[in-house]
Amino acid sequence: MGTRQAGSSGRHPRRLATWAEQHREIAVDSLRQMLQQPLGALMTVAAVAIALALPTALVVALDNVKRLGGDWQRSAAISVFLEADLDETEGAQLSQRLRQLPEVERIELISRTAGLAEFRQYSGLGAALDQLSQNPLPVVLELHLKPAILEPVRLTPFIDQLETMPEVDFLREDAQWAQRFQAMLALLHTGVALLGLLLGLGALLVIGNSIRLEIENRRDEIRIMGLVGATARFARRRFLYTGAWYGLFGGMVAGLIVTLMVWLLSAQVSAVAILYDHDFHIQGLDFAATSLLLIGSTLLGIIGSRIAVGRHLDLCDER
Amino acid sequence: MIRFEHVNKRYPARGEALKDLSFELAAGEMAFLTGHSGAGKSTLLKLIGLLERPSRGQIIVDGRSLADLPRRRIPYHRRRIGMIFQDHQLLRDRSVYDNVALPLAVTGMPSREIGRRVRAALDQVGLLAFERAQPVSLSGGEQQRVGIARAIVGRPPIILADEPTGNLDPELASEIYDLFERFHEVGVTLMIATHDQERISRMAYRILRLHQGRLIADSRNW
Repeated sequence: MGTRQAGSSGRHPRRLATWAEQHREIAVDSLRQMLQQPLGALMTVAAVAIALALPTALVVALDNVKRLGGDWQRSAAISVFLEADLDETEGAQLSQRLRQLPEVERIELISRTAGLAEFRQYSGLGAALDQLSQNPLPVVLELHLKPAILEPVRLTPFIDQLETMPEVDFLREDAQWAQRFQAMLALLHTGVALLGLLLGLGALLVIGNSIRLEIENRRDEIRIMGLVGATARFARRRFLYTGAWYGLFGGMVAGLIVTLMVWLLSAQVSAVAILYDHDFHIQGLDFAATSLLLIGSTLLGIIGSRIAVGRHLDLCDER
Repeated sequence: MIRFEHVNKRYPARGEALKDLSFELAAGEMAFLTGHSGAGKSTLLKLIGLLERPSRGQIIVDGRSLADLPRRRIPYHRRRIGMIFQDHQLLRDRSVYDNVALPLAVTGMPSREIGRRVRAALDQVGLLAFERAQPVSLSGGEQQRVGIARAIVGRPPIILADEPTGNLDPELASEIYDLFERFHEVGVTLMIATHDQERISRMAYRILRLHQGRLIADSRNW
């Protein structure tokens, strides 16, 4: 009989085109209806944007800290100060031996002259150092460790082993600091993820509630659609689009808020970095992060809407 | 086309709205449903459109028992029934065109095809010039005709009308009944609920009379 099952099939390009056209119409229509009540829509978008801006800002901040830490971690190593009576050749021999150890990634030998030059540069004692008749600095081996060794259980015995070597005067560990930094970052990451989850849920509820009100306002329309034979799927579609718009706009505004924050802070951050002799520029949302934010917020809108629609949409069904 | 077998409908608040109702309407038949308000006319029509389910008994529409129809098939059932209401049930914030197009739009019909059919339906009810108008700017009779255009646009084999001329003056009401007779001539099955005794006594159609939920007369004017 005349009943036609609405279904999509790739075998019928015209039907597919019709389907796409319908979706486009509903998407535009739901947007148009949203703009008919701009204040309500604006409130929802703002609430979603604020809920999303906070975790996004924290992720951006954390990424910047990580980048900053990455700069330091490259120098995170164990500096092995050799006994003062050892010269570069003996240092190189020791370096050869240490390189065989499984924990070591690479070794940099800092000669006494290089050490002095570096010291001269950073200490600001240039002229005074010229008074010295001989170079008082020892040869230093900078041991860069494999990341796996940064766990304390493996690091401590390794350091003990180094310290007992007769050629070694003393050690300075940057590794431990890097290790703590790593652990702290991981902790912050989890914290931000949890916060993001919570605020994402908040955004979901805000969108869900707006959709619920929308359904309430359009109760007559939904009922009439049901009377003339609309399927639940068809009736839902408009609200899913509305939810998607809320999510997308919320995500866009959140991205703008974070970008604005980064822009406001960037000059100050660079100024502070210069004081620490560091060339560091704060980095905002890149393309990938922006895409992720927008896709995520849109999905959030669709899910929030779907929950509300599932609970509140009534197509004048039989009782 | 429509068969009721010992149908009961009980509402928790109101008690029994229909009691042991049995009748059959042949395909292409036109019948009036009459009785006092509260006699069960609207309930009967709602059962056919599956706006309600019977408490007991069987309803068979177009050879299919509605009791066997799963919930998700209800929209497809409703597409085969044009429903007309006393209060029109139009979307106030949409144009006449959009209102009439709604039953087609929900089926996923391409918009060009929709345009053709909507204009044909509006032409039939004499409202072709009003397609861009808002329903509220139209008179009661015009709004009712928009509702009728919407009911016929999908070319359903069955049309149900619940007090379609209740708010109209006699002249406008006559126009509406003329339309119904035209649909009857092309083979549509019609069931029209009305308490306009005078009018139906002048027309030569079957009359089902309800009283307190029971079918008390099934007659024909010749």
